[in-house]
Amino acid sequence: MTPFSYSRADDAARAIDLAGTSAAKFLGGGTNLVDLMRETVERPIRLVDVSGLSGAIEEREDGSLLIGAGVKNSTLAAHRAVRTRYPVLARAILAGASAQIRNMATVGGNLLQRTRCTYFYDNEGARCNKRAPGEGCDAIGGFNRIHAILGASESCVATHPSDMAVALAALGATVHITGAGGARSVALTDLHRLPGDRPDIETVLEPGDLITAVELPALPLAAQSTYRKVRDRASYAFALVSVAAALEVKDGRVRDVRLALGGVAHKPWRATKAEALLMGGPATAEAFRAAAEAELADARPLNDNGFKIELAARTITAVLSELAGANA
Amino acid sequence: MPILVNGSAVSVPDDPRVSLLDLLREQLHLTGTKVGCNQGACGACTVLVDGERIVSCLALAVQYDGREITTVEGLSQGDALHPLQAAFVEHDGFQCGYCTPGQICSAIGMAGEIKRGIPSHVTEDIGAETIAVSRTEFQERMSGNLCRCGAHNGIIDAISEVYREDRDALERFAFIEEPAE
Repeated sequence: MTPFSYSRADDAARAIDLAGTSAAKFLGGGTNLVDLMRETVERPIRLVDVSGLSGAIEEREDGSLLIGAGVKNSTLAAHRAVRTRYPVLARAILAGASAQIRNMATVGGNLLQRTRCTYFYDNEGARCNKRAPGEGCDAIGGFNRIHAILGASESCVATHPSDMAVALAALGATVHITGAGGARSVALTDLHRLPGDRPDIETVLEPGDLITAVELPALPLAAQSTYRKVRDRASYAFALVSVAAALEVKDGRVRDVRLALGGVAHKPWRATKAEALLMGGPATAEAFRAAAEAELADARPLNDNGFKIELAARTITAVLSELAGANA
Repeated sequence: MPILVNGSAVSVPDDPRVSLLDLLREQLHLTGTKVGCNQGACGACTVLVDGERIVSCLALAVQYDGREITTVEGLSQGDALHPLQAAFVEHDGFQCGYCTPGQICSAIGMAGEIKRGIPSHVTEDIGAETIAVSRTEFQERMSGNLCRCGAHNGIIDAISEVYREDRDALERFAFIEEPAE
């Protein structure tokens, strides 16, 4: 691990002051950053510990939920309002990592975790445009069973590993940010970038920007929501494909729907094409399958991950059918 | 502020690179806590922080000043094994024993999570106030602790027995707080 200095911030403004440079990193639970530092993929000269900031979950009068960026994953999944009003979020968090890691990891850190592409991690043995821009990508011609099928580029085929963020994308969450230029907010679905020719730039955050909170809108629809994660073993593995969905059906037709995919792209993938097709249409397995296929029409398989396209279509169909009480 | 390890005050290391795991093993010589993968994937280094289980390999020790750490050494009373340690022996919950301290600390943390009503991936009714405990629940909740000897069935048997017959022995070390609202 490269030497670094450590300091702890008492509030967001102080944290931003302390960071001061792009060679600094904010530290939450450390479950990804410490690992990457040990592998020397990350080499910050300064860590600013923000894990003690923004630890509250606030239920507001307008029905929205304000989640501090320092809230632990386990605390968020256990929160009564999340379990009853946004079950997709609780289920997504509980499908991720292990209990030990969920007790450490923060909401802000979860959003900013790096890909688990093995070539990205292999600092000494592999080329990676995300780690060293312009170097090339060994995943594209390598073993790429876990890689992206949507929105990838010739520079990068990595996926975003978060489960929580997939649920947040489906729920239409907003991310609150404080930086040198003051406070602002962006839609969760606009926080992460597609790789393009700069896969090293993963979010729209500027150097020194700190995520302070994530806001969920009042969304009665979300009481009927769920998350399904398909992975190589029953527990404690990253997603091959995951689906976050909320669905309201009235008189056999889709009155409202939210759909997002994980494990398929460089960012949590909100399935807007499928949503548009589903709205107002019949709540049948056939219609769900057709919407899934439309969303995946642009999917591009690599050597080893073609199975993800059919897997995603089937998982979308199964999850929407489950929510509709229909037979898939 | 010092770190409290099994009740003893310990200074925070000067070098922020020192993990909580390395502090325990290399500086305090509490070698019960094991180094497995050193990347958060195996659970061998699981300890309790204020009663909650974490993986100490991914924890920088400087982050834990003022906190109470319990390791496997803090569970027994003199030569008397903690009931869960005794149950691991009784049910063949190990072969080589390398993952055992992490398994035992993890199971204690798990008991606290169940007591607080925290659901898991396999909890059917995620809105329920109390958890319907089952073998499947234990298996899912212990999935962060790998056993390369394959003693998982014995491990779950041992945990199930103590959970059923001497739950206080588990919860005693998992400081119970009110569930977050």
